[in-house]
Order: sequence, then C-alpha cells, then structure tokens
Amino acid sequence: MNLADAQQQLDRAMKEASGAVEAVTSPAELDDVERRYLGRRSPAGEVREAIKDLEPADRPVAGRAVSAYNDAIGALIEERRAALTAAARAASTETERLDLTVGGHGRDRGHLHLVTQVQRELEDIFVGLGYRVAEGPEVEDDWHNFEALNIPPAHPARSMQDTLYVRLGGDEQVMLRTHTSPVQIRTMEAHDPPIYVVAPGRTYRNETPGPRNSPVFHQMECLAVDHGLTLADLFGTIEAFVRQLFDDESIRTRFRSDFFPYTEPSAELAVSCIFCHGEGCRVCSHTGWIELGGCGMVDPNVFRAVGYDPEEWQGFAFGFGLERIAMIRYGIDEIRTFFDNDFRFLSQY
Amino acid sequence: MRAPLSWIRDFTPVEASVDELVAALNQLGLEVEGVEEPGREVRDVVAARVLDIVDHPNADQLTLVDVDYGSGQTRVVCGARNVVPGDVVPFAPVGAQLPPPFGVLAARKIRGETSNGMLLAPDELGLGRDHSGIVQLDRSARLGSDVRELLGLDDVIFDVSLTPNRPDAMCVVGVARELAAHFGLPFEVPAPHAPADGGVESDITVRIDAPDRCPRYLGRVARVTMGESPAWLAQRLVKAGMRPISNVVDVTNYVLLERNQPLHAFDLERLGGRGIVVRLASAGERMTTLDGVERELVAEDLLICDADLAPQAIAGIMGGGTSEVSGTTTEILLESAYFEPMGIARSSKRLKLRSESSARFERGIDPNGVATSAERAMELLAEVAGAKVATDAVDEYPRPIEPVRISLRTSKVNAILGTELSDVEVVDALRPLGIEVGGSGDAITATAPTYRPDLEREIDLVEEVARRVGFASIGGTVPRPRDQVGGLDRAQRDRRLVADALVGAGLSEAVTLPLVAPGDLERAGAPMDRIVEAANPLRAEESVLRTRILPGLLRSVAHNRLHGLFDIGLFEVGRVFLAPDAVDQVLPDERVHVALALSGIRRRRPIEDDRAVDAYDAVDALHQLFDALELADVRFEGAVRAGFHAGRAAAVMVDGHDVGAVGEVDQRVLDALELVRPVVAAELDLDRVLAARRRDRSFRAPSPFPPYSIDLAFVVDEDREADAVARTLRGAAGEVLEDLRLFDVFRSVALGERRKSLAFALRFRAPERTLTDEEVGAIRQRCIDAVRREHGGELRG
Repeated sequence: MNLADAQQQLDRAMKEASGAVEAVTSPAELDDVERRYLGRRSPAGEVREAIKDLEPADRPVAGRAVSAYNDAIGALIEERRAALTAAARAASTETERLDLTVGGHGRDRGHLHLVTQVQRELEDIFVGLGYRVAEGPEVEDDWHNFEALNIPPAHPARSMQDTLYVRLGGDEQVMLRTHTSPVQIRTMEAHDPPIYVVAPGRTYRNETPGPRNSPVFHQMECLAVDHGLTLADLFGTIEAFVRQLFDDESIRTRFRSDFFPYTEPSAELAVSCIFCHGEGCRVCSHTGWIELGGCGMVDPNVFRAVGYDPEEWQGFAFGFGLERIAMIRYGIDEIRTFFDNDFRFLSQY
Repeated sequence: MRAPLSWIRDFTPVEASVDELVAALNQLGLEVEGVEEPGREVRDVVAARVLDIVDHPNADQLTLVDVDYGSGQTRVVCGARNVVPGDVVPFAPVGAQLPPPFGVLAARKIRGETSNGMLLAPDELGLGRDHSGIVQLDRSARLGSDVRELLGLDDVIFDVSLTPNRPDAMCVVGVARELAAHFGLPFEVPAPHAPADGGVESDITVRIDAPDRCPRYLGRVARVTMGESPAWLAQRLVKAGMRPISNVVDVTNYVLLERNQPLHAFDLERLGGRGIVVRLASAGERMTTLDGVERELVAEDLLICDADLAPQAIAGIMGGGTSEVSGTTTEILLESAYFEPMGIARSSKRLKLRSESSARFERGIDPNGVATSAERAMELLAEVAGAKVATDAVDEYPRPIEPVRISLRTSKVNAILGTELSDVEVVDALRPLGIEVGGSGDAITATAPTYRPDLEREIDLVEEVARRVGFASIGGTVPRPRDQVGGLDRAQRDRRLVADALVGAGLSEAVTLPLVAPGDLERAGAPMDRIVEAANPLRAEESVLRTRILPGLLRSVAHNRLHGLFDIGLFEVGRVFLAPDAVDQVLPDERVHVALALSGIRRRRPIEDDRAVDAYDAVDALHQLFDALELADVRFEGAVRAGFHAGRAAAVMVDGHDVGAVGEVDQRVLDALELVRPVVAAELDLDRVLAARRRDRSFRAPSPFPPYSIDLAFVVDEDREADAVARTLRGAAGEVLEDLRLFDVFRSVALGERRKSLAFALRFRAPERTLTDEEVGAIRQRCIDAVRREHGGELRG
C-alpha cells in the first residue's frame, strides 16, 4: 500500500461510515458502527498498520490522515450518539411519566399533643433564661401538696370536692397532686439555693369533665430562689417570658393583688388580649385582659418548711395552665377538647 | 359581696367615677366581678297593689293578678307564688323599660291570657340574680310612684370577689375603708348608740364551756315589736342581695353586711332557762337546722344551747327552728360572738353547710368588734322595731384577744419589693388601713387591727405596702442564674426523642386519664397486685390508678371509632402507679411508660395496595424509637402476654431485660371495647428503656475496601425464631460482618411439615484489606455449622 492507496481507502471508508452512522437506529448499532470504522480492523486501523511500510517521508502525512479520519468519524458518532440518547430520553420520559400530585405512599407523620408543644415551647424559653426543668411525682403526700406550701389543714383547697385522694397512708393523706407547686418543695428539699427551675406536668382535680373543667390538666410552675430576688425580678421575668411566648413586644402585663398561701405578696397575672390588643373582644370577655395565672414572692413559711433561712434567701414563684395558653392562642373553647383524644383534634396541630 | 355605693358613702365621701372605683378595687385585690347600675335601665316601673289573684285557666304554674297602679287597674300573668292580695309590688306596665333581655315591654298573650305588664323579681330589676319571688315594697308606698326611688335603684352596686385572707373586706365598712385609703379620703364609722331602757332587765345567763372554740359570747336582751322593715332598710338588703324577712332578722343581716359581724336573734321566751350555754356536741347528737335538715353531729361541733342545754344553733353556721324569732316574738336575746375560725371551717366542711355567717367566722371576724356591732344592731332595732334595750349586755370574754404587734424594717420592704421607698412612704401606706405605726427605719412597730387577722408577720405588712403603692409602680428586672446553665437533663431530652420518633412513625400523641376501671386493667393483663385505689373517684367505675397506659389508650381508640375514625395511630408517654411495696414507703412507685396503638387500614392507594395494620407496624414504631435512642441491645422474643393475641405477641428485651410487650391486641379486650380487628399495640417501661446501654459512638472509619456478599438459606423448625437464627449468624460471622438481613421466609410441602426456610443476605467487609474467597468461605462454613448446631438448621441447596 502506498500513500495514495491509503488516502483512497480512508476516503472511501469515510463515505461509508457517514452513511452507516446516519442509518443506525439504536445505541447498540452505533456501537457496531464504531467498532467497524474506528476499531483495530477498521479501514483506518489497516492504514495505521501499513504506515510502517511507507516511505519515511510519507509516514507523517499518512499519520495525519488517519487522525483526521478518526476525529471526523468520532465526531460523527458522538453527534449521532447524543441524538440517539436524546431521542431515547424523550421517549422514556413519556413512558415513565408519573403524576406526582396523586400523592405518596401514604406514610403520614403523626402529631405531638398540643399541650406537649406548648410545654416544650415554654421549657425552651426558660432554658434560654438559664432555668432547669424539675419534676416530681403525680401522686403526692399532704406535706408536699399542702402543708409545706403553707396551706393549713382546714383550707378549702383540701376539700374532697377539689382533691382526688387515693387510699394510701391515713385518710386524705395521699392525693393526685392538685398543682405543680409540690415540685417547688421537692426541689428545695433536694437542693441548696440558688435555684432556678420550671416544673411542668400533669395535675388533677376532682372535677367532672366539662367546658371549663377537666379532672386532668397541665400546669407549669416557675421557682427562683437566690440572694436578693425581688418582686420587680418576678414581674420582669414574667414580662420577658410573656413577650417571648406570644412573640409580641407590644403585649402588656397586669398584676393585681391576690392571695395564695405559698406566696406573699401575691398577684394575679393577666396579659393584654392578644386578639384585640386591649380593645375588648369575645376571647377576653370584653375586658381587654386575659388572666394567665398567679405569682408572688415565696412565703417565708415555705422557706422554713424546707429549711431555708428566709432572712438570707428570697425567691419568687409563678404558675399557669398550659391548656389555658393553648386555648387563648388557638381559640379553643372547651378544656375537655384536650383530653377527648379525638383524632381530628390531635391531627390538627 | 355586694356593696352599694350609697351605703359605702355612709363612711367615706367618695366621689370618683365608676371606672375609677372599679380600677381602685381591682388594684387593691378586691376583684370587681360585676357592676350594676339598675336605675339606668329601669323606666316607668311603679308601685302597685295586688287586688286579686286567680288561677290561670290554662297553666298550673301561673296566676292572673289584678293590680291597682294608682292611675288605673289592670291584669297581669304572674309565675311567682309569694304574692297575696294587699301586697305592694313593683309593676312594669306596657311601655315600661327593663334591663336586658326585656327592654321595652309590650302586652303579651301567655297561654291564651293577655298580660298587660309584669310584676318583678329582683333580677328583673337588675338587682343581682335572685329570681325566687316578687319584690315586696313598703305597703305604705304611694301607688304609681317610681320604684327607682322606692328601691333606691339610682345606685351603683359593686359585686366584689374576695380572697380568703380578707374577711375584713366582706362588709361595706371594709370596702369603704379600702377606698378611703386609696383615694386619701376621710373615713369614719359613727359609734352606735342604743338608748337603753332601765325597765328591761338583763336577767340572762351566758356560760361558755368551750372557751377555746368560743373566745367571746355577748348576749343582749331587748323587747321588740315584730313587723316589716322600713323601705330604706329593705332596699339596702335587696341591693346587697338579701331578701327582707322581718325587721328583727333584717337588722341582724344589715349589721352583718355593714360590719361583718354575724348576729343571731333568739326568741328569748323560747330559750329554756333564759340563758345560753356554748358547748361541744356529744358524738351522735342530732339537731334540725333552719333548712329543715336533721344533722348528726360529732364531738367537734360547737353548739349554742339554752340554759337547759337543749341545742338552739350550730355555732356560727346555722340556727335551729325552736327558738327562731317569729311574728309573735316580743323579747329577743341577740347573740354577737366570736368563734375560732378553724373549728367553724371544719364543722362547715364536714356538714357541707355554708352560710353567710360561717363564711365570715371561718375566715375570722373582729373579736373586738362584737360589742360595737351588737350596739349597732340595738340602735337599729330601736329605730325599726321599737326595741326597748336592756342597759347592759352579758359579755363573756375571758381572755381578750390583743392586737398583734409586728416589727417592720423599711429595708426589708425595699428588699422584697425591689423598691426604694422611704420610711415615710412605708408608714403612709399602712396608716390609712387602720394599722397603728410607730418608730422609723428598720425599727418600725406596727399594730395590726384585730379586724385584719391576716396581718401577723412582717411579710404581711410588706404585702400591704405593695398593695397600697400599687404593683404598677414596681419595676421589672430579669435575674439570671450565675452558676447554672439552663437545659434539659438526659431523660428529659430522651423523652422528647421518643415522642418525636413516634410522631415520625405516624403516631399522634394522646393524653388519657390515669383513673381507670379495674376490669380494663385486668383484661389488658396489667399488674393487679399493687393497685392504688382512688378514695373519691370521679366515676365509680374508674376507681383505680393505672398500672398500664394501654387500657386507657385503647379506650381512646374505641372513642374515635364511635366517631367513625378507624384508621388511627396513637401513643402516650405518661406515668403508671404501683402501690408501695416497702414498709416505710407512703407514695406509690411511679414509672414513666410509653404505649402505642394502631388500628384499621393503612391507606396506600393508589400508589400501593391498602392493607390492614399488623403487629409489624407496632414493631416498626418501636424500632424507630430504639433507633432514635441508639440503644445497643434490643431484641424481640415471641411470648404469650395477657391482653395480646397468644400467637402474635413478643416480649421486648433491652439489655436482656424484659421491658414490655408488643403485638396484636387480644380479641377479649377488643370485644369489651366494641373494637374490631386489627388493633395492634405495644407498651414499654420507658424508665428502663432510657436506662439501657446505648450504641458505641466512637468513630469507625468506613472501609475503602470492596464488600463481599453472600446469601444463606436455612431450613429450620417452625418454632425457631428468625431473630435467634440471625443472632447465631452474627456471632459466627464475627467482626467482618457489615450487614445482615433476613430477606425471605418460605414454607412448602417439599420443606416438610412445620418447617420453614429463612434466607439471609450477609455482607462482609474488612477495615484494612480486601477479603479473599478463602476467608469468606471459612466464615460461611462457620455460619452454617453454628446454625446447624444451635438450631438444627440445614443449609438449603
């Protein structure tokens, strides 16, 4: 083979290959064509084999011709391959089309109880203020639920009408806790001051379920004991917490003199209505204010009950109902809604 | 406590607007629950005389009443039964205006009879909520005159709710004192003076056998002429929410409302021995109270008896019928006494008997106001009942109660309140409340009046200062702990993880009552040997504290089913209660459990087929829970558990300990709740789960070498558990086992009766080299040998 023959062979092959590439209809056929015109036994392969027998001067020329042939056919093949792939993709897109609006496999996420959501939110606010979360038993003794909280034996709160007693110990000595305040006592009994805790949890009353009453409900108690804590500290803490809870800087708090055996001075805590901002609406019974809970400075008798020196330590406490916060926020009318466990309610939040 | 403004003004010249008064009372802790201004909404209501009453032809409960209203006569339909011909009553003719819901009256047909107006009960005039009968006006009232004047309706009535520490404010004088202090006004309670009549002998005796319970008892004699109260007195009682009864009884109520001193008038002629003995009841003694109920007493109850020791009243709570004043009474013994509060509270609570008197005695009245209040009553009786009053009272007060002296430090006031009040400001805050104050700085001595039993300690005075300066003037600062970082502890964080995992598994959180029916617990296989019983359950059938959560949760599933909601998944994290088992233990053991239940169909269409929930769904949920907690050692072991299907339940083993069960709920349990299959469930002792060992979190570098995978299928007896075989394989395969998965369970005739094939995919990989065929071959053989040895399993060809 001389240079001219080689050139001729490449030209011929080029023509054939172009036609063959055009004619293929599948990637597999294209692979065949590629092997046939670019493989070792292809016309170009034969020319490359023959180069070593050419005149030395012709060898580079032939080499360049082979390269040009390879590049040209390669480009043709790649172009064709891209076209085939695009066509195949287009075809499979049609056949593989899914209507994703049909839905999914139906694996739903569940829901945390609304009270749990509120509880976590409150815990997180107080954690941010540096508090820890304290817990205590739900079945309590008279000491922790009443006596140590400066609630004397004949106090109305102790009546069978209000308290669910259990048959343990003496008569009316053990009960389902009526508030989360006993956790204050347990925390102070177990730890020396300073103390900064919140105590969320279930509480119980001897009440038939109704729109305003529920035998079970949740409270959160806050207790801070330190050197020199003041009523102003109590009010400031509540204001900070309320603004965070309702995510509203314009919300106002109101404190009114009240009475609780375990705090003195004591106050009732109300916030400006989050719906009407004080104008008066159905939610706030047209008062512009929503009562949230009670608060006060820890009574010296409570400190004495747990062995703290009331001359050295001062503290504040406040408590409120978690359901109440959720009811206010979401416009829920009846507290029993929380404990019917109706799946529609549970799934709503 | 209902306080009419006109009455308050007897003691202080308060002129503030209604809004200002309400704001002041609220700030002072005398919460205003309602304000009534009845005169504003009543127009053209007049006095009318009842002429005749006949039965309504078509209604048993109604009458037809003919009235004369001065300028004419007409007929109205009336539902009340307390009117007789001759009564003078408020009459609202057609066109008159009444408070809502009535508005302007029109003529109405009631059961076929036309009513040309209404006769009015107190509530219909805007006076409180009393709807028990028509208001009785003074019979001498001019017919046709405006009832606003007759009843003094142009007034403001504050309905004040009082905290239990403030008995002093349960009367008009007390409310007036607070308002006077707040507005800086003069305050004066005129000293009463009853003109004594030397002709009336004070020949009664008073003996107190229980001086601890009755520190003071004053009796005073008067001759009276029974009759009706004059209009001004009756009006005030009506506005304060009481019904006029007779002049003598009304006076006792008037003084109660004005000065917080409960009084009782005995018909002296009906008191045996013309004397009083205050003694404790004997156990089992019986007495019929004014309300007609015979009550059995205990030795703690205090009785007011006559000199013959016959009971006349339960002290401080309610009188009896025998010596009650009546229309024929001519001579009374007026009781004004002070009883020890706790004793009254205990008796009142035990007898379930509350009265205006007991409510005041149990909070503590002024022991040193007893004589003045009696004097006030006599002054009024002289005026309205023509009383001739004995010169002297018989006042048994063996150990007078002295006012409490309290040391007060200005520095402590400021330390508690976070204020910078001066001595003068502190003293000025206290004085108008009737507290005598001397000294200065940290050496103030305050003497609390005996009408304020709540003032005993320094802190009580600090609160008074706070009340007087107003909470609004106290600042707001946010303290932060210095040596503590806020946060949840491990268990609290883990419980959040558990709930979140179950939510992720598609379950929604429920909160159920811990009081359950013993039968529910028993059927569900809950422990019954350490049950805690409720002493006063809400419902007799739900009488014990739960020892498992699941029974209550299944009730919630059933409740949802009643509402047509079948396809649900619920869980609850909560406490269970086991009665104490140690001698010195009083409280039950409380453990935190988690329970879950799923029922109905898992909706998968149209992507997959729907399918009923099955026990594996519950197992899946538990796996997600355990995975969230990264437990190191969890396994399930087929087990028979009460409350679960005998062939579809497993014990949950964590670190080798049984921590609960999972499976399909037993048909017997479902039947009791009217539920249908399938319901699957699980319950775990979460405290034990949280205490379990967690997965090693030290870093293991992912191997860069290729994996080597093999499949092994074994034929084993039907009762061999897949997990047991898997554990054997794990043990035999050793360190290089990267993953093991059961991918097929197969049964056929060819395998033999009660035999099954378990096919596992195993993937091996070494950390630092490529595994060779020889190595894997050796491991494979170890696996085969181990399964044969431990389970009799044969490799399937």
